[in-house]
Amino acid sequence: MSLLPVVLPIVVGLLALSLALAAWRLLRGPSGPDRVLALDTLYINALALLVALGVWLNTGLYFEAALLIGLLGFVGTVCVATFLLRGRIVP
Amino acid sequence: MIPLWAEVVIAALSLSGALFTLIGSWGLVKLGDFSKRLHGPTKATTLGVGCVLLASMLWFSLTGIPSLHELLITVFLFVTAPVSAHLMIKAAMKLDGSLKLPPPPQ
Repeated sequence: MSLLPVVLPIVVGLLALSLALAAWRLLRGPSGPDRVLALDTLYINALALLVALGVWLNTGLYFEAALLIGLLGFVGTVCVATFLLRGRIVP
Repeated sequence: MIPLWAEVVIAALSLSGALFTLIGSWGLVKLGDFSKRLHGPTKATTLGVGCVLLASMLWFSLTGIPSLHELLITVFLFVTAPVSAHLMIKAAMKLDGSLKLPPPPQ
């Protein structure tokens, strides 16, 4: 019972680092689709971070937040990509 | 108190998931072109999130009530990642006229 308390902080740290990398691309990204892709990566990384945090703290509370982030993040990505594609959201 | 094999499996799954996620995000930063950059997050990061969700499912099944509701997020992400990647590359191809499909093989 001593493996997980060592591994899970490393997992959360790695996921936070990947979140920071995606945020760097979001700030830097030269074109619009780059920023949309960075936002997509950002919400997927945040979802993984919340799930790992839920395992670390042993609470099922973060599952609902992860599910909501997954659903609303996809809707947001589709909306912004469609806006870049057509100039309006509703086809 | 969970058995040792489950602890090892959960640790390996979550660590490999975090590494895959980091590799995907590093590809997002490192690669030079949008059509190259699209590969990192849509493949490596989705696989990493799948591994972390499997680890979480195993943990909550062994410590509390057996539950499969992390599979909901996994299935949803694996269905929606290609759709959003397709929309993004279509938007990039519209905004950048030099990004074209290769000709079909003869």
